[in-house]
Amino acid sequence: MWSLNRQDVEDLSTGAAILGTGGGGDPYLGKLMAFSVLEKGMKIEVISPEDVPDDALIIPSAAMGTPTVLIEKISKGDEVVQAFRRLEKYYGQEVFATMPLEAGGVNSVNPLTVGARCGIPIVDADGMGRAFPELQMTTFNVHGVPCSPMTLVDEKGNVVMLDAVDNNWAEKLARVVTIRFGGTAWISLYPMFGRDVKRAGIHHTLSLARDIGRAVREARASKEDPVDAVLGITGGFRLFEGKIVDVERKTVAGFARGEARLEGIDDCAGESMLIQFQNENLVAIRDGEIVCSVPDLISLLDVDTGLPITTEYLRYGFRVVVVGMPTNDKWRTPEALEVVGPRYFGYDIDYIPIEDRAKGV
Amino acid sequence: MALRVGIDVGGTHTDAAILDEGNRIVGTSKSDTTPDVTTGIRKALMGVLDESGVDPRQIKAAMFGTTHCTNAIVERRELARTALIRVGRPGAEAIEPLVEWPLELREAIGDISYLVHGGHEYTGEEIVPQREDEIREVAKELKERKVEAAAICSIFSPVNSDHERRVAQLVEAELGPDVPITLSYEIGSIGLLERENSAVLNAAVVKVAGRAIEAFEDAMRDAGIVGASLYLSQNDGTLMSAEYARKYPIFTVASGPTNSIRGAAFLTGMSDGIVVDIGGTTTLVGVLVKGFPRESSIAVEIGGVRTNFRMPDLIASGCGGGTVVRSSDGGIKLGPQSVGYRLTQEGLAWGGDTVTTTDIALASRYAKIDDPRCDVGRLEGLEEGFLSAAVDKIVLNLEESIDKIKTDPSPMPLVLVGGGGLLIPQSRYGGIKGVSEIKRPSSYQYANAIGAAIAQVSGQIDKIYSLDSTSREKVLEAAKTSAIDRAVTAGADPSTVDIVELEEIALPYLPGNAVRVRVKAAGDLIL
Repeated sequence: MWSLNRQDVEDLSTGAAILGTGGGGDPYLGKLMAFSVLEKGMKIEVISPEDVPDDALIIPSAAMGTPTVLIEKISKGDEVVQAFRRLEKYYGQEVFATMPLEAGGVNSVNPLTVGARCGIPIVDADGMGRAFPELQMTTFNVHGVPCSPMTLVDEKGNVVMLDAVDNNWAEKLARVVTIRFGGTAWISLYPMFGRDVKRAGIHHTLSLARDIGRAVREARASKEDPVDAVLGITGGFRLFEGKIVDVERKTVAGFARGEARLEGIDDCAGESMLIQFQNENLVAIRDGEIVCSVPDLISLLDVDTGLPITTEYLRYGFRVVVVGMPTNDKWRTPEALEVVGPRYFGYDIDYIPIEDRAKGV
Repeated sequence: MALRVGIDVGGTHTDAAILDEGNRIVGTSKSDTTPDVTTGIRKALMGVLDESGVDPRQIKAAMFGTTHCTNAIVERRELARTALIRVGRPGAEAIEPLVEWPLELREAIGDISYLVHGGHEYTGEEIVPQREDEIREVAKELKERKVEAAAICSIFSPVNSDHERRVAQLVEAELGPDVPITLSYEIGSIGLLERENSAVLNAAVVKVAGRAIEAFEDAMRDAGIVGASLYLSQNDGTLMSAEYARKYPIFTVASGPTNSIRGAAFLTGMSDGIVVDIGGTTTLVGVLVKGFPRESSIAVEIGGVRTNFRMPDLIASGCGGGTVVRSSDGGIKLGPQSVGYRLTQEGLAWGGDTVTTTDIALASRYAKIDDPRCDVGRLEGLEEGFLSAAVDKIVLNLEESIDKIKTDPSPMPLVLVGGGGLLIPQSRYGGIKGVSEIKRPSSYQYANAIGAAIAQVSGQIDKIYSLDSTSREKVLEAAKTSAIDRAVTAGADPSTVDIVELEEIALPYLPGNAVRVRVKAAGDLIL
């Protein structure tokens, strides 16, 4: 078990934004919440999945809500503590640790505050290893861990427990409750035991995010290339270097879909790239040929700073390096690809791991 | 003949420009900014009156562009001991107030904050009722802790400001009317932390702004300018009265770049294009859209604090007239160091030992500076290859900034202003990437002061309308008309008034399908 300090939280947020692959929400508010608990003298402790006892109760936590409400209604902070007390009664067992649902975006940082306030550790693992747009897109789900019972809590102290027949109902009911709460809720879902974390989770992703963030910071401080630092840690590939020349977006069924066109610069001069996204980046197409696809990770990093650019901030003129990073092996099975493979997102192509594509080049 | 004078009080220089009713430039002058401010402004005013031979009594309006508030925040000086009251319990505790502020800034304002019950849902309904005893307790403590200013911010106050206003009443009852109180709903929009930060910064500079305005008044009186109205320029390029500026000084923080961009538009008659303002230490690149600066769409930081002000979209790069030039293994390195206002001591041409971008321009013979202390002979040791590589680098730096700010690949016209404008060789004007033509107007060094002088006067309304018995279009029309009326009352020429800002917030908690409409109209000032 180890503790995170302010710098670790800062680094972790940077890394989480890169693993967010263009989506997942800005980790900014989550980071400030973590700073606040540290300032109050509370400890953020992280535990390796190997060190979690098999029968320990682990409950992932996250924030859910409308963006405009999330940025206005800052939460009380101990909402999930109340939820955990209820779940402890339900299970007749103490909650041993919490865990992020996703390693990318704001919900990778939110559980840090939950753990600190409950006085429990955060497991160094998650259910995505990146960010995905839908609740069932977790390795927990693929390995048979149900999402229910789920709890939703607001700052006033209301607690709603949901035991839904399936994940679709869980999503529908949770949405209604969140609106009545005033637009935001703290949720806990996919409750599981230590042994489930070991078989169904993606491991060491908080450390990975922190290491990525730290490498970027250190590379910038020593005037080295921060993109190389990211690739070194993730085993990723430099897919393209270019300037954004066009961004097109539309909102379809609540998702931000769209594409960005890049024109090559430096070594890539004369070439072009197309990035298609749905909240997160889905595929990277270079001169008409797919060079990386979901569930592998595609992130756009600022050429100078190595900092990630999310899909909502994409703009003409940004100079970026497109990096492709291999996804966790848990996403590379046929069952997992049914949930998050290119076909699920409407692409009539087979998933080819980025390492294999890179060899072909 | 009624005249107006624009004054730009910058970090290094104080510039003044007098314009007549037809917006013709009658005179300009430049003097050094002095630590006491008044002296520098007085000199600049005397200078411009002298140069133009204008009778000071003819000046009917004085427009100041000032960096006082910006500098106070950035340099952490003269800030008031400011208390923040956040209204949001039982929620709003998860992020401590001011948690991400730079520590020195937080300490410079006393680091005093309280959380009390209250706030509203997005629907405008109370989350919980306020507790008056709790607020009175806080107010007493503020008095004991001798706070000099207060900021109040409640959850969803842009939708329902009742709780902020009630806290303000109780605080004022305890502290008296001399302690300025800033309510967040009056200066910011949705986004609690950014609005709260903006309110605290505003409260902290109220006194700085008050003193600056007094200094402006003193300097005007000393220069014999009596009977002129005093205006301050705002971030959005419009003017506010001195009275308004005393209450909302934070709206001046980005007025400098805005004035440059507006001045550039005026000097060239261009309404759409790119403006490049090269100063002593930085190059600022902005975009003109219909005569106004394009605004930034992402959160803007002031002195390390995130805010949600409407600010011009700018790309800043560390290349100005005082930027240090060195050769390194890979070629030429520009900055990031700059000698700034010490150029005339440390620059090579002035007998110093630092090679600056200005020295490069002088040695390459495309720029001349009329200063007896400056001797181009001192630059003979600079090699031809080094000079041309440095010029290439200066041009490349400019091209990159231009490319970053453009939203469209087609070439656009560009206006070059600011004292450092001479760094870009005229021989290269035709070959700058992404640019169709470059204009460097004759009074380019005074673009900022001229931008202040020609700024428009605005009128604003912020009112709740019911949509029950009328249509949305009619409501918006009514709101626009009253904003225009207010602009005209404030001195705007009716034929030039236009709507510059419009915001609508639905208020579902109020009966009658209510909507809050904020409209700002602006037009040219007639004297």
